[in-house]
Amino acid sequence: MTIFIPTPLRSYAAGKDTLEVSAKTVSGALDELTRTFPDMRKHLFNGEGKLRAFVNVYLNDEDVRYLPEKEATAVSASDTLSIIPSIAGGRRPLERAGLRRGSSSPSAIRLSIGW
Amino acid sequence: MATATAPVELPELTKDDLSRYSRHLILPEVGVEGQRKLKAARVLCVGTGGLGSPLALYLAAAGVGTLGLVDFDVVDASNLQRQIIHSTADIGRKKLDSAEEKLKALNPDLHVVKHDALLTSANALDILKDYDVIADGTDNFPTRYLVNDACVLLGKPNAYGSIFRFEGQASVFATEDGPCYRCLYPEPPPPGLVPSCAEGGVLGILPGLIGVIQATETIKLILGKGEPLIGRLLLVDALNMRFRELKLRKNPECPVCGEHPTVTKLIDYEQFCGIAPAAKEESAVKNGIPQISVKELKRRMDAGEDLFILDVREPFEYQIANIGGKLMPQNDVPRRLAEIDRDREIIVQCKSGGRSQRIAEFLKQAGYAKVSNLAGGILAWSDQIDPSVPKY
Repeated sequence: MTIFIPTPLRSYAAGKDTLEVSAKTVSGALDELTRTFPDMRKHLFNGEGKLRAFVNVYLNDEDVRYLPEKEATAVSASDTLSIIPSIAGGRRPLERAGLRRGSSSPSAIRLSIGW
Repeated sequence: MATATAPVELPELTKDDLSRYSRHLILPEVGVEGQRKLKAARVLCVGTGGLGSPLALYLAAAGVGTLGLVDFDVVDASNLQRQIIHSTADIGRKKLDSAEEKLKALNPDLHVVKHDALLTSANALDILKDYDVIADGTDNFPTRYLVNDACVLLGKPNAYGSIFRFEGQASVFATEDGPCYRCLYPEPPPPGLVPSCAEGGVLGILPGLIGVIQATETIKLILGKGEPLIGRLLLVDALNMRFRELKLRKNPECPVCGEHPTVTKLIDYEQFCGIAPAAKEESAVKNGIPQISVKELKRRMDAGEDLFILDVREPFEYQIANIGGKLMPQNDVPRRLAEIDRDREIIVQCKSGGRSQRIAEFLKQAGYAKVSNLAGGILAWSDQIDPSVPKY
């Protein structure tokens, strides 16, 4: 099956946007992904090995959390697995805080790059 | 289905309206009645940046009667690559004034309401309550959750869009039966884990693609026509030009729109997103890492102190501008530790201080005793020390 790797995680996956795996279940596929790219593990799973709350995993177009067997769901070669992390884009909140405090220093203005 | 606005009496179309909107009027899905709905509609664009630019321009062109704009920012040269409502001559002007001018030039009958403010828990409900549809073109997690919760509490539909590099997401949230943003992401990522567009970059055209999708959904909601993006997340991959769609479900346990909501009024969203209160950010130590200002660094360099400046940006950034630090892109640091002298004082530096903070924390964990982060990065250096250092 094909795993789609989203842009924010590609730097932990040697820049790849997809990975072909031959796993039998969703969790098997995620295992194979993190075995191939160990740096990705901490971005997907918390210390207890559970998927992080801000990372959604979809088998084809279905959220794995809503599948009856969840991560134990069987997968076939034609399935796709998509990892959908939250993206906000734009400037870092810390930078805009500088502006909100009424700071008008050039650096605060410059840093507020906005989308 | 869609949330059409149904005021008691729709405004009449003038003779000028009939000619201006003739291509709408001959569409069975719009027609005279639909155009009158658009004329009566009030839409709030949160942000007049990359997403807000095409969104506001198309809504103004389409004949939406009232457009509210929320922004507190000023036009910067680096905005113009994607924020097409602003022009070179607008650099330094308030985005609200610049946007209003373009929108009124396009459609003089448009009523523009300017909200010159940062949207906060204190003002959000008051600002949002007068609008029929909210179009979320914000750029950070605290404001996203704030807009979402305010929309749910007020029962307003939220045309959502988000972008990063070549990738975008769009959906319609917070309609009565559909999911909200919190059903999709109950919790925000910890600060620093998801790179911002300022750090990661964004293709200038991408907010155009996504903003126009938000505008399309907004118009459909007003008309009450078509199949809105409710319960669906549209993913746009501009690099491969692939559009995919995922199913979104309403989470019965959602803290704001679920069966037993725990969020019944607006909360402190900076705290919710793990961002320290403003006063704390400026303190000299963040997460155990001393923050050094560019002025302090300059003073110490001039005094001839032995400092190891570690520049963790990418080579192409270093090529644009550098302050003479040792270049080691952030992802290379873990396997190149041998090149970083443990006995010297290390100042980690990047573009604006985000990546360098994370690497400084990493180095501290790896046993480096004297590590500081250059607050504000090379942008602050350019602003406060040496304007000849180009900004990008």
